[in-house]
Amino acid sequence: MSQPSSPTQRSARTALAVQAGRLAGRVSRRAGMGAGVTIGGRVALAVAPGVIGELAAGREAVVVSGTNGKTTTTRLLVAALQASGVSVVSNDTGANLASGVASALASGASGARPVLEVDEAALPRVIAALDPRLVVLTNLSRDQLDRYGEVGTVANRWREMLASRPAQRVVANAADPLVVWAAQESDTVWVDTGLLWREDATACPACGALLEWGDGWYRSACGFAKPEAAIRLTGDVVEAPGEHVALSLSLPGRWNLANAAMALAAAREAGIDLKEAAAAMSDVREVGGRQATWRLPDGRRARLLLAKNPAGWTEVLRFLAGADSGVVVVLNCRVADGKDPSWLWDVPFELLAGRPVGASGERHLDLAVRLRYAGVDFVDDRDPLLAAGKVGGDDVEIVATYSAFVDLVRRIRSLRSA
Amino acid sequence: MGTYGDRGNARVLERRLAWRDLPGEVVEIAAGEPIPSTLDVYVIGGAEDVPQTLAAEGLGASGPAIEQALDGGSVMLAVCAGFQLLGTTYVRTDGKAVPGLGLVEAATVAGPHRRIGEVVVDTGRVGVGLLSGFENHAGITTLAPGTEPLGAVRTGSGNGDGRDGAYQDRRLVATYLHGPVLARNPALADLLLSWVTGPLPPLDDDMADRLRAERLGAAASRPRWRRS
Repeated sequence: MSQPSSPTQRSARTALAVQAGRLAGRVSRRAGMGAGVTIGGRVALAVAPGVIGELAAGREAVVVSGTNGKTTTTRLLVAALQASGVSVVSNDTGANLASGVASALASGASGARPVLEVDEAALPRVIAALDPRLVVLTNLSRDQLDRYGEVGTVANRWREMLASRPAQRVVANAADPLVVWAAQESDTVWVDTGLLWREDATACPACGALLEWGDGWYRSACGFAKPEAAIRLTGDVVEAPGEHVALSLSLPGRWNLANAAMALAAAREAGIDLKEAAAAMSDVREVGGRQATWRLPDGRRARLLLAKNPAGWTEVLRFLAGADSGVVVVLNCRVADGKDPSWLWDVPFELLAGRPVGASGERHLDLAVRLRYAGVDFVDDRDPLLAAGKVGGDDVEIVATYSAFVDLVRRIRSLRSA
Repeated sequence: MGTYGDRGNARVLERRLAWRDLPGEVVEIAAGEPIPSTLDVYVIGGAEDVPQTLAAEGLGASGPAIEQALDGGSVMLAVCAGFQLLGTTYVRTDGKAVPGLGLVEAATVAGPHRRIGEVVVDTGRVGVGLLSGFENHAGITTLAPGTEPLGAVRTGSGNGDGRDGAYQDRRLVATYLHGPVLARNPALADLLLSWVTGPLPPLDDDMADRLRAERLGAAASRPRWRRS
């Protein structure tokens, strides 16, 4: 065993790690291998495993994690902090593993406040290294079962991690039983986002009995139940003790109102006025390509939406229901998407019946079979932009799984800059 | 139980009846509710460990009703955890033994690692050709002598001994394949339905056939599990 190194030695090592990481990132970028964020962070962590803790020391980091909404919640919180004059550093490229966190910490001004989205499986390790001032937990549902394993396991790991930090301040979603299970022993501000995805919480996380669900509540025989929330989203109004604010987001959908409610609660923890925070959030129009709009070659307007898992797809399809625009659904099943698309059958594609629909992506045949059984007529093309050209409707909504979404963001940006 | 889109199996059966102008209705039984003995086809899917224990308790109470229905000519499709619960016992990863319904002479032990990926099963004399599916489970299932499997595993793990599932002619199909298995393999769906309705006219399964061909091709790159 080596002796614990002294602070000055550690700092030298950390400085070296940061330099090495930047160099690796530059090399990777020049070689055209990507933004260099992940490789830079990996190199920095290899040179100095303690680099995250050292770079974060004294900077009152905020981390945001959960299955859905972590990128947007992070972005909205960053907007609120920056509008109130706080200097912020964030992993806004979406690199949300420990490597991405290390990269982000090394990139900004040394005093800037880190506001970081963190992958739900990486969260325990990152929190242990980072010692954040605040942890924001949005929700937990099935995602990439072939990679993460069961969602209950993720909740249990979060709970163990938070149990080892009893004084940890947490902002957590009271509407999600698995999040409540994870955060109930912490110093937690509960936010009731009203979104109640219950498909992945049949059994009580505490005792295993059947969880009983009602309108806006859930409870179990052992006493586990939805906690009283200090902050509550009703329609587009967020109520906090002694104040309330109406949200007027540029971002669409119920799920973004929920993201904003979580971000508002976190901004409030940072001492920011609720109304100022809400105003700053209303200016956020596009988050990492989510909700990006552009013109198709035939002049129609297209919009890109991300949906990664059954909970996300269900929200997006409900949001799109009722309109008559064309909808192109895009499915890839790479590692980042989860290789198993069985969950398509837990998503109500029946909502698309009667309107122009396109099936697309590397696994368009899985979608085609699902749509046929859903009674939805569709055109079929592996390429999402070609499918968008074929599908009817005055406007076209393109809903894509993660890797298909990332590809499309790249293609749309090159179209825009052309 | 339906962690892996297994409710799709019921949807597929209902649609394939409707496309032939035959009546059919999906009755969804929530966890904890009693299972009626009056249904023609029973479909039971996958679940995580804790919900599986819940389902086992609920099923245990409904065991006689299900058995009575199957004895009376109803049929059953059981997938993954559903298959495990039909067996005699299921030993969870935490060592807890959950008693099964005993409708299939099969015992399952949670193995040391999850078996995840595309599966191909050759149904041999069951007569529906190659089945394509995706598995994600830790279970190693041993069939009692005389209990017939659904087929031989060409790719993937299945029960863990080169075989997949269990088969009782005109009564029961059990498998580790989801996907859902009936969406990917219409011939298996029609086999189950025909046990209830008699011979069925063919349907246009062009999309499903293309999907099945693509998946069988993709699965060829995944090796068969050895007994561990």
